[in-house]
Amino acid sequence: MSTQKNKSNKPVIRVTNISKVYELGEEKLQVLDNVSVTIERGELVAIVGPSGSGKSTLMHIMGLLDRQSSGTVELEGQDVQDMNEVQLAKLRNQYIGFVFQQFNLLARTSTLENVLLPTLYSDHLVDKTQKAIQILSDIGMGDRLKNYPNQLSGGQQQRVAIARALVNDPAVIFADEPTGNLDSKSGHEVVEILKKLNYEGRTIVIVTHDLELAEIAGRIIKIFDGKIISDTRKK
Amino acid sequence: MKTSTLAKASLISISRNKMRSFLTMLGVVIGVLSVILLTSIGNGLTVFVEQQFQNLGSNLLIVTPGEIVNEEGQFSGDQAALSFATSKLTEDDSKALELAGFPITLAVPLTGNNGEARTPEGKRSGMVVGTTPGYSEARNTKAQKGRFLNESDLAGNRKVVVIGSKIAEKLFPSSNPVGQLMTINGRRFEVIGVAEAKAAGSFGGPDIDSFMYVPITTAKIAFGIDKVMEIMVQSASKDQLDRTKTLIQTTLAKRLDEKDFAITDQSEILKTIQTILSTLTAGLAGIAAISLVVGGIGIMNIMLVAVSERTKEIGLRKALGATPNNIMIQFLIESAVISTVGGLIGIILGVLGTIAIKPFFPATPAINSILLAFAVSLGTGIVFGVYPARKAAALSPIEALRYE
Repeated sequence: MSTQKNKSNKPVIRVTNISKVYELGEEKLQVLDNVSVTIERGELVAIVGPSGSGKSTLMHIMGLLDRQSSGTVELEGQDVQDMNEVQLAKLRNQYIGFVFQQFNLLARTSTLENVLLPTLYSDHLVDKTQKAIQILSDIGMGDRLKNYPNQLSGGQQQRVAIARALVNDPAVIFADEPTGNLDSKSGHEVVEILKKLNYEGRTIVIVTHDLELAEIAGRIIKIFDGKIISDTRKK
Repeated sequence: MKTSTLAKASLISISRNKMRSFLTMLGVVIGVLSVILLTSIGNGLTVFVEQQFQNLGSNLLIVTPGEIVNEEGQFSGDQAALSFATSKLTEDDSKALELAGFPITLAVPLTGNNGEARTPEGKRSGMVVGTTPGYSEARNTKAQKGRFLNESDLAGNRKVVVIGSKIAEKLFPSSNPVGQLMTINGRRFEVIGVAEAKAAGSFGGPDIDSFMYVPITTAKIAFGIDKVMEIMVQSASKDQLDRTKTLIQTTLAKRLDEKDFAITDQSEILKTIQTILSTLTAGLAGIAAISLVVGGIGIMNIMLVAVSERTKEIGLRKALGATPNNIMIQFLIESAVISTVGGLIGIILGVLGTIAIKPFFPATPAINSILLAFAVSLGTGIVFGVYPARKAAALSPIEALRYE
């Protein structure tokens, strides 16, 4: 499964001294305050913290969905500071996979089509249908290829979303509260899948409240009030 | 990223919202439909009028008793009525014209009065036209049964009549009229022929199919009509019309006062009418175009709704790597497809509608207006799709994803 983008020995993501300030009229709201994090290849990182601590904003900036107010963001050693919307979109497409709390599958669109959605926006148009079917089979969704999201359970929908995040072989997968909308059994299944993917060498960053989920991470970053208050790796 | 895959995404989204897509299309359908119907009607009127003029016989110049046009050069009913009532034209003037020779090939005098035709089986009113055998050639009117008037009818003041097809239907519903008797204003006439139908008169023109043609000599004796209403002068060819006009002028000037006759060229009248009709057609198309614009605004509305309804989807697509352009093209294709399909449906309905109203109203679909309506509907989709598409493209991925 390893491709060129997984072979570089540079860190997958490195953010240095980033801050994020929202200006709400007169008031300024500092969401991130001088945060530096490096995500190494193959890590499973959990970012935890209370609501409003800035953990989601950090993930969005690392995932190139949002821009920092100051500081630098490097993806595989490239500084993305001066890149335009189009370049960022291409990087997201090739290097980053997202798994959302709300699944965000396209309604009235089959499982297979949902998984293939990122390939629509790839520069190299390779038919990845076989690959998508393979990924879906690996996570136990091989018999649901034609189903629409509303015919799937929450756990199944999240598995489709994970398959979608994998289809372009990204360098890193960001999962934003991936179990937040699931019952404990489905949540557990999703946790197992993420664990397995990491075991296979995937770099995964999870933003979560879920302690079980944080437990599986080899590294836990705690954020409070826009600052990292601890960053611990398991032995 | 190929446009074809974006197009596929657009088509999928259209087919997933069938009812909404259909309602959006409806605006364009109605716009295109009305453009095509109205231009077809305008176009049909023009063709109809041209045919009427051709039916009346080509290469004809009409000599009328005095001006039938006013100082501004427009036809004036009052002026014409006055001229006819005080006509100084006579049958002899017509003969003189015919004798004047090339390029005059034929001169046919006409008198006219209203008459009521009767048989025991029915009655009908119509114009009694006193004329000569030349009428048949000049007005391109043949007898479909029996024969037209001939020289001996004229010379013998015979009480014979050639009737229009509508008179024949009414007065002789179940038998061949030729050889039978009928009365016109109480006087007995023998029917010698039935003129072929001209199908005119439905638009305010003379009801030619209710005409009764009698020898001009008989009309004079039977009804006391001696005022010649007009003399139709046939020219050898279209190119000779100017020379013919001059010849009529010089011939009649010797016999009548200048103000007692006027020469009208049919092609000039035709030109005037064509101008009026093409203006009318353009006006109708303009009115119809307004509904097309309204249809376009409908598309814009729906696309704006679609953009806000699908904000989350747009955010997701952007997160997965769609560039602003990808998003814009997807929405543009969507509105272009809706308007194009709407346009095509409008064209089909427009042509069918034209065929449907044809029996009641002259309508001929104009290929130009069809192409134009199609181009405009496609253009409408693109123009009115740009704003919503740009709005979609400009959404920030993270805000779009958070949108509920």
